[in-house]
Amino acid sequence: MATSALDHAPHAPAEKTGLWSWLTTVDHKRIGILYGATAFIFFLLGGLEALVIRLQLMKPDQQLVSPDFYNQLFTMHGTSMIFLAVMPLSAMFFNFFIPLQIGARDVAFPRLNAFSYWVFLLGGLFINSSFLINAAPNAGWFGYANLTSPQFSSGPNTDFWFLGLQILGVASIAAAVNFFVTIVNMRAPGMTLLRMPMFVWMSFITQILLLLAFPVITVALFYLMFDRHFGTHFFIPSGGGDPILWQHLFWIFGHPEVYILILPAFGIISEVLPVFSRKPLFGYTAMVFSGAFIAFLGFGVWSHHMFSTGMGPFADAFFSLTTMLIAVPTGVKIFNWIGTIWGGSLQFKTAMYFALGFIAMFIIGGLSGVMHSSPPADLQQTDTYFVVAHFHYVLFGGSIFALTAGAYYWWPKMFGRLLDEGLGKLHFWLMFLGFNLTFAPMHILGLNGMPRRVYTYPEGLGFEFWNMVETVGAFLIAISMLVFMYNVWRTRRGPATAGADPWHGATLEWAIPSPPPEFNFAEIPTVGSSTPQWDTRRAAGGQLPEPAPHSGEGIHMPNPSIKPLITAVGMSILMISIMFTHAAWPWWAMTLAGLAVMLYGIFSWAFEPAG
Amino acid sequence: MALSIGLLRRVRPLAAGLLTLALLVLVGCTTNETTYPQTTLAPKSDFATLVDDLFQTTFFWAVIVFVLVEGVLLFAIWKFRGRPGDPEPAQVHGNAMLEIVWTIIPAVILAVIAVPTVQTIFRTSATPEHPDVEIEVIGHQWWWEYRYPGLGVVTANEMHVPVGKTISLRMWSADVLHSFWSPQLAAKRDVFPVGPRFQKINPLWFRSDTTGDFSGQCAEFCGIQHARMGLRVIVQTEEEFAAWVAQQRLGSPLVDGGRVPAPSADTLAPPSPALGLPADDDPVVVAGRQTFVAGGCIACHAMVGTPLAGQVSLMGPNLSHFGSRRTLGANMYPNTGENLAAWLRDPQRMKEGSLMVLPRPLTEDEISTLVAYLRAHQ
Repeated sequence: MATSALDHAPHAPAEKTGLWSWLTTVDHKRIGILYGATAFIFFLLGGLEALVIRLQLMKPDQQLVSPDFYNQLFTMHGTSMIFLAVMPLSAMFFNFFIPLQIGARDVAFPRLNAFSYWVFLLGGLFINSSFLINAAPNAGWFGYANLTSPQFSSGPNTDFWFLGLQILGVASIAAAVNFFVTIVNMRAPGMTLLRMPMFVWMSFITQILLLLAFPVITVALFYLMFDRHFGTHFFIPSGGGDPILWQHLFWIFGHPEVYILILPAFGIISEVLPVFSRKPLFGYTAMVFSGAFIAFLGFGVWSHHMFSTGMGPFADAFFSLTTMLIAVPTGVKIFNWIGTIWGGSLQFKTAMYFALGFIAMFIIGGLSGVMHSSPPADLQQTDTYFVVAHFHYVLFGGSIFALTAGAYYWWPKMFGRLLDEGLGKLHFWLMFLGFNLTFAPMHILGLNGMPRRVYTYPEGLGFEFWNMVETVGAFLIAISMLVFMYNVWRTRRGPATAGADPWHGATLEWAIPSPPPEFNFAEIPTVGSSTPQWDTRRAAGGQLPEPAPHSGEGIHMPNPSIKPLITAVGMSILMISIMFTHAAWPWWAMTLAGLAVMLYGIFSWAFEPAG
Repeated sequence: MALSIGLLRRVRPLAAGLLTLALLVLVGCTTNETTYPQTTLAPKSDFATLVDDLFQTTFFWAVIVFVLVEGVLLFAIWKFRGRPGDPEPAQVHGNAMLEIVWTIIPAVILAVIAVPTVQTIFRTSATPEHPDVEIEVIGHQWWWEYRYPGLGVVTANEMHVPVGKTISLRMWSADVLHSFWSPQLAAKRDVFPVGPRFQKINPLWFRSDTTGDFSGQCAEFCGIQHARMGLRVIVQTEEEFAAWVAQQRLGSPLVDGGRVPAPSADTLAPPSPALGLPADDDPVVVAGRQTFVAGGCIACHAMVGTPLAGQVSLMGPNLSHFGSRRTLGANMYPNTGENLAAWLRDPQRMKEGSLMVLPRPLTEDEISTLVAYLRAHQ
């Protein structure tokens, strides 16, 4: 059995409900739900910020919010959507479904998994707490030096930003280690690498990207910390530093980050399309290798974010060509998805709507991406609404549509209840229409000279009409989210009648009851292809009985533990203390207190009886 | 007919969405520079035309790929819609030949885009060997300073250039990153603060085909008033430009330390009303100069006739020819007496976060004196 390490722990009866059970849980499914719920709240917060942005820009010369508050809003909108919404929503699916899809009983390091979540939560709360003192980060999610230097950002705004990101980075790296080891070591017997579900493959590649990209931003943020608090000048030109160094470090992280946001989405789409086409994924191997190739190239294109810095023609040409090259494996993926539905028998469930909507929208984002890859043309497009349109077509039309497809697809597995299809389709159409009304006009405005990150625009530049349309679109998106939340609320009150395999899924998670028992698999399955559940179903002549419930007797699961939370709290206190280096009181006392709590957490964790 | 109705019903919603999108694009493309004075799609210089040609090439291919791929997607969604009771479709796992083909075709299209891209990169990056006018562009939070070292002009926000001449810009910043963007004349280029070791001075060039008044703005986020760090490029005939230069040279810090030569008998020497400056003993000037010093303006602004007229490194823009400018607050307001008075009354109300801080509130008398004084200097 692949989970022998876990089996040595005697099974301690764990509290299954109540606050304490959630604070101490090490169950990957509960942690997944925590990730999902938390990230969804941050997503709503980021959406609220977007709505205020859209209200402010609805008409020229509006003064709904002050220029500085607007800058806080767009900075926090970007930061939240990337680090607190899309990444952790992907993490929800990693947590819940990687172990299920590979036939494991939990992740490799269940307590580390809990630690990742608590660090993420604390980091997200910390960075958002800045709103309470009207000092939210206001230098952009990209935090370009030297606007972040003490001279030009003297308030705590940038401290919230870099410390928050530093804390969130710890969560990401810890989770990446965990899932990497889990996927490498804990696959069910027979599941060779080329039999892994495509979602697991894309998640696996994502973990590698996280492990390679996050250390770079960590270093950059440490440099920034030293510049702001300990008198160095890494990025400050007047002190001999180099502001472009920040841009290189940021984008060496930042571009792989784009793929960290989109590869899990590719994985979800590659799960949904075959199931609702009743046909296996077209070109499985090509899909694996194109994903890997995209990730590899993703480390060689970062300077396409910097064409306007004037790097010179050779660097421009190099980064332009590598960027164009990425379009090839991305195109392969799109064609293979179309190949998957081609000749299929398409079942138009809500998840399928979102998956098809994803393809249609991602094509547009991909094409505008190719247009950006041409440096001279990019010199007109960069820092305008054209680029805002582009990345919303890939991050919203791409990632968010795919994550929503995943939510409708996997909801019955997670909660045993099917989301309502009628409301789901209403959700889709409102979101699809709202999305396009909001973001398609941005192409037009950008090309016609509207720069981004502006709190207002004057009358007479022709920006009025489309900005009004965009604001209307944004509210349609908001309404679509209300429909989704109503759907969730309604579904929650209904009976859990989804059954183990409502969609006739292809992968292992559909072989076990919904919601899955704590131990997932009563018996670890043996896998013979990339679509094991279809194999089982075929062998059974098309009809599968509901899996028999199992008491879990004799299956040993890891004990709950509060230590991950203690460690996360200590580490956060330690890092946040840096904010106060200029304060009158002894800030280092806070550092030491945080350190003490963290060390207590780590040691008691290490010596905590395994059972 | 039945087939097309069936198609419409099935694909209707997605098709409707895409149709709307296509319409949006169409509407976007049929608009012009009258609607969008800051558009990138109506180039007015050789540089902007090079960029626009490249854009049109990539856009052409993007549209073709868009129509083909979205069309195939929609067709597949309609064609392979499942019906209850359908048998399990053929379990196709892939097709090596097909996959090779759809790897190669995009690669070929990209190569078609890549060749003109690389050519244009090198053409736009080359700095002109013999520019006609050289201008130093210095970004400030939140205004632009222009210096014409060869012509002895220092001005702010509104750049004057002659038509049909090659203009070469050398750009840097006094504080944080900015990006100079005049969409119809030249694409963006970032400007960086320089330091003892980091000395990135970015070049940009263009040659305008036509006279006109082109609007632009800072394109790199630079703090609270990034949105209102506007600029104009005023392209004039050679004669108009020469007259403007002659006017601006008077009292310029780059010409004789800002000293205006005293009138003498043998020359028709400036200042003369024809060149825009009022006489030194004009009561408006005498009173204004006194208020300019007493009100503290002099701490940040160089001004002809004041002791700091020769300074080039003060915080605020040089005001020696303020009356000749079309806008104030970096292309934010028309340069009228009322707007100037409102600005002097409370610059923070007119441009929140602006670095202009009055050492003390000005009285209404002082404000009207200063308005008359500044506007008299053409």
